[in-house]
Amino acid sequence: MNIIGKKNWYFLISLIIIIPGLISLVLFGLNLSIEFSGGSRLTLSFSKEVSKEQIAEVKNVFTDNKIKILSAEKSGKYVYIRSQPLSEKQDLLITDKLKEKIGKFKQEQYETVGPIIGSEITLNAIKAIIISSILIVLYITWSFRKVPKPTGSLRFGISAIVALIHDVLVLLGVFSLLGHFYGIEIDSLFVTAILTVIGFSVHDTIVVFDRIRENLKRFGGEDFAKVVNDSILQTLDRSLNTSLTVVLVLVALLLFGGESIRWFVVALLIGIISGTYSSIFNAAPLLVLWQELLSKRIKK
Amino acid sequence: MRKQCLHDPFGFAQGHSELIESMRKNPRSALWLIIILTILAVFINLPKFDNIRLGNKTFNFDPNAVFKIFNLKNELAFRKGLDLEGGTSLILKADMQSKSSSQKTQALEAAKTVIENRVNLFGVSEPIVQTSIVGNNDYRVIVELPGLTDVNKVRDLIGTTAQLSFWQEIASSSAKNISPSDIFTMSGTYFQKTNLSGADIRETNVSFDSNTSRPQVQLKFTPEGTKKFANITQKIVGKRLAIVLDNQVIEAPAVNQAILTGDAVITGGFTIDSANQLSTELNAGALPVPLKILSSSIIEPTLGTVSLQKSLFAGVLGFIIIVVFMTVLYGRLGAVASTALVLYTLFTLAIFKLSSITPYGVTLTLSGIAGFILSIGMAVDANILIFERMKEELRGGKSKDTAIELGFSRAWTSIRDSNVSTLITSFVLYEFGTGIVRGFALVLAIGVLISMFSAIVVTRTFLRLVYK
Repeated sequence: MNIIGKKNWYFLISLIIIIPGLISLVLFGLNLSIEFSGGSRLTLSFSKEVSKEQIAEVKNVFTDNKIKILSAEKSGKYVYIRSQPLSEKQDLLITDKLKEKIGKFKQEQYETVGPIIGSEITLNAIKAIIISSILIVLYITWSFRKVPKPTGSLRFGISAIVALIHDVLVLLGVFSLLGHFYGIEIDSLFVTAILTVIGFSVHDTIVVFDRIRENLKRFGGEDFAKVVNDSILQTLDRSLNTSLTVVLVLVALLLFGGESIRWFVVALLIGIISGTYSSIFNAAPLLVLWQELLSKRIKK
Repeated sequence: MRKQCLHDPFGFAQGHSELIESMRKNPRSALWLIIILTILAVFINLPKFDNIRLGNKTFNFDPNAVFKIFNLKNELAFRKGLDLEGGTSLILKADMQSKSSSQKTQALEAAKTVIENRVNLFGVSEPIVQTSIVGNNDYRVIVELPGLTDVNKVRDLIGTTAQLSFWQEIASSSAKNISPSDIFTMSGTYFQKTNLSGADIRETNVSFDSNTSRPQVQLKFTPEGTKKFANITQKIVGKRLAIVLDNQVIEAPAVNQAILTGDAVITGGFTIDSANQLSTELNAGALPVPLKILSSSIIEPTLGTVSLQKSLFAGVLGFIIIVVFMTVLYGRLGAVASTALVLYTLFTLAIFKLSSITPYGVTLTLSGIAGFILSIGMAVDANILIFERMKEELRGGKSKDTAIELGFSRAWTSIRDSNVSTLITSFVLYEFGTGIVRGFALVLAIGVLISMFSAIVVTRTFLRLVYK
């Protein structure tokens, strides 16, 4: 199998997936949940201890009336509800419906609350991702410093990070589209899904790179493109088996894990598949492309 | 093997190969180590049992009992998030008297950040801290802390304001011209408030006085604070400087010479606990406005047992799938890897539970579970890497023994590099992240470290025993 020979096709496939997502990101942005935007917090008091069934019913009433609800917590006779910002009309409507379904209560308080995931948390996370990307480039450059010519070790580090950016863009793009057309929201779990995918992406890429490093040492004289292609093929079984194991676990979580983690699992699935693809079809071929561009320039 | 060590930047393989050398000679001792660790992990993971009947005697079993000997503050238990375990909810009301209406929202945000920092520094992971406005003029901060149900403890944690101020000694004759709020007297000496405050502190540490070996709090001022402190101390050489915390004088030492370096020490009668508390609160920053606790309540878990059971069921199912998949792919090797994976899970859970007695407690929430899934994937991956390598060496005509050893040593560089990258990511995320990001990073780092141990020590020892 000649993966390197068709590398431009594989780059094209990546672009076909990423570009619609990017356009959607620019046009529609991300559909952020109440955790990011803040909303209302209602305090209801009942005459008796509130049951778990009643709490579940509270959530149903909100979703049935198309009002987003983040959490309904109970403390003895009290229930605290976090929801999207409610207009006066919505507040009256929901109070009526709730009384109908779960009996008498008093609305003790209506508060306007700020985000749980404030801009500071998001900014810190982005800062952390950028810093760790730079550190990973440095680590790979250092760890691969003895790699024989013609490649330089810096290229390995940068290619790994390009593959990482690829995976993050795929995930953000797909969820921007899902958010716009199906109302799927970005919540705190999505943030951790992105972090997971970043970890997996680099991990996967390095395994392929490690084999290239080893083969370059052994068969240094051979054509660079051929060495890279052989290395990809030699690690293909491992890449697919590892990804398949994780994918199988995720499918189990998707089917039986319940409603609350469904979209989180979908995000992980997309990210893991993209991560496997990018380490085989993008990261390693990118090394070859880099090499080809350089040698062309030298010939001129 | 030697040759490979030359290419090993961290000297990992070096130490690693010596360790392996000794274990190759003696796989039994490695096996004993694994057995002991497993028993320990099982013991730690066991829940409390009351009234176990054995014959006609009944007794209680509690892994905590062993740890109580060490007189620890925190109880050994799995810490779960708000959704799984519930916790305490506090509503704090901000006193906005001193702020103009345009400053109010900003002050509220700042207060929220300080509280977030405090909660983080005290090691409670994954809290909810959010601002709240009722009507037009009621500014509040809502704090929800998982696991803690002792309201007084929570109050201690975030309640005190830690407003630090510095007051300089002045002559009684000049005291008349100063407004009364900026001055106080102590045993006949007048002190005037300076412009130096807790906000000028860059960081604080707890250290011990070299003479009395009593705990003290070391202060390091910001560049701005250093200038102010230098100015003040220059002016009052030979006089006293009072350090006041929340309207109480902690101490008023005499200034022997001007201090230009921006370092200061508070020595006044601390215990280790109170020194730590003050240091932590000062590090988190001063509250811009006074807060008062409006109400506190205990909230119950939001996720019912049903949804927890669902996730657990899916997790167990996923685990069985991995075992079947590995056994189908790699036969006997797969069975070995599955056993290693069971041990991996036991070890990781034990570390999670143990972490509850340290300041770096792992909170089990959905985001932590994501980190755990990823680390399982990486643990499986290490095994797959090794097995694929062994298969290759076998195809190349090597004997089984040699193939096992080569499989490990050749797979090692990729296991090392990929895991070091993941560790880099998790350390940076922990250092810069807040809330959920931190929890995730901690779980991931623990998982990766144990997965390396499981692949290198556990799988290898088992293979040597199986194939000998």
